[in-house]
Amino acid sequence: MELYVTEISKYVIDAFMLIYVIEAFMTFRFKTEKKRKGIYIRQIICMFAVQLSCFIQIIARTGKPVYLFFFAFQIVIFASVLMLFYVIYPEGNRLIINNTCLLLMIGLIIITRISYGKAVKQFFIITASFIIGFFIPKIILQFDFLKKFTWIYAAVGVAAIGAVLLYGAATNGSKISFTLAGITFQPSEAVKVLFLFFMAGALVEAKEIWQLFLASIAAAVHVMILVLSRDLGSALIFFVIYLALIYISTNNIGYLALGLIMGGFASIIAYKLFSHIRVRVQAWRDPFGDIASSGYQLSQSLFGISSGGWFGLGLYGGSPTSIPYVEQDFIFSAIAEELGVIFAVLMALIIVSSFFMIMYEGYFIRDRYYRLVVCGIGVAFIFQSFLTIGGGSKFIPLTGVTLPLVSYGGTSVLVTIVMMMIVEGVCLIRTDERFEAMERRRERMADKKAARSSDYYRDYERDYGRRED
Amino acid sequence: MAEEKTKKKKKIRSYPILVLCGFYAAIFAVMLIYISAYSYNNRQVLMDNSFNTRQQILLKQNSRGRILSRDGDVLAYSEVGEDGKEKRVYPYGKEFAHVVGYSTNGKAGIEALANYYLINTSIDLSEKVALDTQGSKYPGDYCVTTLDVDLQEVAYNALSARKGAVVVTNPKTGEVLAMVSKPDYDPGTIQQEWDSLIADTSPDAKLLNRATQGLYPPGSTFKIVTSLAYIKEHQQDYNNYRFSCVGRFNYEGESISCYHGENHGSLDFIKSFAESCNSSYANIGLSIPRNVFADTLDQLLFNQELPIDVLYSKSSAHIDDNTSVGDVMQLSIGQGATSMTPMHLNMITCAIANEGELMKPYFVSGIKSEDGKNVKNYSPENYKRLMSALQADTLKGMMRQVVETGTASKLKGLSYTAAGKTGSAEFNTSTSDSHAWFTGFAPADDPEICVTIIVEDAGSGGSFAVPIAKRIFDAFFGVE
Repeated sequence: MELYVTEISKYVIDAFMLIYVIEAFMTFRFKTEKKRKGIYIRQIICMFAVQLSCFIQIIARTGKPVYLFFFAFQIVIFASVLMLFYVIYPEGNRLIINNTCLLLMIGLIIITRISYGKAVKQFFIITASFIIGFFIPKIILQFDFLKKFTWIYAAVGVAAIGAVLLYGAATNGSKISFTLAGITFQPSEAVKVLFLFFMAGALVEAKEIWQLFLASIAAAVHVMILVLSRDLGSALIFFVIYLALIYISTNNIGYLALGLIMGGFASIIAYKLFSHIRVRVQAWRDPFGDIASSGYQLSQSLFGISSGGWFGLGLYGGSPTSIPYVEQDFIFSAIAEELGVIFAVLMALIIVSSFFMIMYEGYFIRDRYYRLVVCGIGVAFIFQSFLTIGGGSKFIPLTGVTLPLVSYGGTSVLVTIVMMMIVEGVCLIRTDERFEAMERRRERMADKKAARSSDYYRDYERDYGRRED
Repeated sequence: MAEEKTKKKKKIRSYPILVLCGFYAAIFAVMLIYISAYSYNNRQVLMDNSFNTRQQILLKQNSRGRILSRDGDVLAYSEVGEDGKEKRVYPYGKEFAHVVGYSTNGKAGIEALANYYLINTSIDLSEKVALDTQGSKYPGDYCVTTLDVDLQEVAYNALSARKGAVVVTNPKTGEVLAMVSKPDYDPGTIQQEWDSLIADTSPDAKLLNRATQGLYPPGSTFKIVTSLAYIKEHQQDYNNYRFSCVGRFNYEGESISCYHGENHGSLDFIKSFAESCNSSYANIGLSIPRNVFADTLDQLLFNQELPIDVLYSKSSAHIDDNTSVGDVMQLSIGQGATSMTPMHLNMITCAIANEGELMKPYFVSGIKSEDGKNVKNYSPENYKRLMSALQADTLKGMMRQVVETGTASKLKGLSYTAAGKTGSAEFNTSTSDSHAWFTGFAPADDPEICVTIIVEDAGSGGSFAVPIAKRIFDAFFGVE
């Protein structure tokens, strides 16, 4: 009986995921949220079906009723997030919220399987993050003065990551986090948001080339500090945000090319300078050459991805815990192993659809400042996902960043939810813009009509008026 | 028109955003395809890696599958012992030791080759449920090999207490019919004997599969290679070759003597081969342009990877502009630094038998689940053309003459027509000890079986290796 449940649920899960992903890309066919409503409702059904099937699998395999309660709590939280969001922000983008919830659900399922204690912790962090997050769209919409703190953002950001560099605790050879009252913070994640606002402000203000140059120096300072803290993944993400924003704001592909060349040189220098980078590159080229030490993580991750096959071994069927740091850097491998490569690929496509939607919002907004912020968020989100998924699968060298929303990690989850909510805030601004544009058009139309009718009267007067005489 | 243009321009609000979307969509597409392809294509290698603990998970769930001969005889199976532990049983004992291999203390042979399938199961879900209720493990998929129990037995007995190896294949398909290596070990008790097997540093090297890993001087069997190099230059006029043998050949202060100093007298090319005249072949070797000789070695897979799926050693033979005259002479007769494995020699012989085309040798013809489903079938695979059909035909004719008029005359006048080449490879310069070689096939017109034999430290190939070949051919063709 248990076997039927676990085997059949594998296909059920993949089927619902597939429908969900198809619906996600279907949203782009419609321009307004109103027309997408049907899609969103179907998505929500699929989402809970995936979650339900996974938890049935978990309970069938473990036989522990405690998971049932945990599952119930999750349903309550996610259902209320989806509902409340729709009620509070009817103009917000629901694809982004749906995707965010599904990615968080998948994360919770796989973390539950890896370590129940960590999953509970993650659950509380998610709940708290949404409570904070719900205020953000309103703040973005109301407080226009947030745009004015450009250089203050930079100063605070540099100070925060600088402090980590100087005083931070050493975790995993990289000084990237510190622990306060039992909670571990990773400031580089939070500084990412400040950096986005700073870059947007600096680039919007930049009228002369020297202003662009100044912004570039500030960005370089951020990146340098992160490289020195050995937080290679974050350093790359900051650099890529910088490149993308400068390209979008100047509309000049030359800057992008210049930046890529500079980045190339910088990575060669870093490769020569830092032995830990060389070790990672070596482990990427041949993880099995030194499988006992430097190649261990990556080869275990590859074992995991490949052993699952297309449909996975089922939850609790594999051994994802043999991968060190699986719940953070290698969550994708754990998912591929137990839920299958198809599921993992579909999940990656959900990430891509979120990215498209974020960029879509950025594309249509008129406000230049928020266009940069939104596009920066999109690029940060997709690039970080690329680093983790590619790093764990030997596609690119490993950099050790988390998979946004899915991986275990408090700061990462909080910051990503905040970023998604900023995007939602920007959606509200865009709705306002659209409303204003409509108003303007209506006024224009009315003016025209008025003008036309006055013309008409004049003509009338001319043609008929005299006859009255 | 002008109005339309401005309208179109207005439509694109920001090229960079579109470029970025396209860029990330592209790298995600490439990455996801890469992940799927990599994990699918490498699933076996990755599962077989000794650092992969997932093998243990599978073994807890499935019992290791059986290994069968081509006719369905069980060569290996798993059994639960009295202590409740699973035990591997090999009904034929030492006979199939190296080729079937072992699965404790690492893996070797077919046990290693088919490991992925043996530890996985493809039985139906309903069967699994039934087994679950019984509380027993699922049976792993079983593997049908290309091995023939009769031929293996004959080869095993024919080699008797000698050290050496026998490889029997089908040249048309690449199927390995038998493979024996001696001295051997008992795969059933290998776990208990492991420490002593590993500690043993004597030349016995029981764990070594001499058929694929043993590197020997090929001796006169290498004249096949030298001949091919010569024929490439002289396809039209090799019949014009003449040599007068006085039992010894001197050139620039270097000398080569014939086996036991025998004086072969006046020889042509084919006779030189049939009688295996070292002096004549040293002369032939020196006449071949070195680049042609080197190309021939490349073509015949020397110093290269071989297309086989079990552990093997790479054969080595070298010639270039810096090779000394003495070394060229040694190379021409397969002595000196030249070394090759019996398996490699068998592959070259197969190519000659199969009109120049080498079929990829294989051991496993199919994988089946215990409830009768075909999981995977292996069919004959063309590996590569090693020589032209004409060259293969010429060499075949020469190998016929070895049987008819030369050193393998023990195979003459039988109900089948055999062809081959003997070798007596000296491995110790101070004594006249030699390894006995034979490689050949039958029937010559339409070869069905190809045999390569080495008997270590036995004497001449004609006296010690050819009789073994005869017993194998006899068994194959059903001759009493």
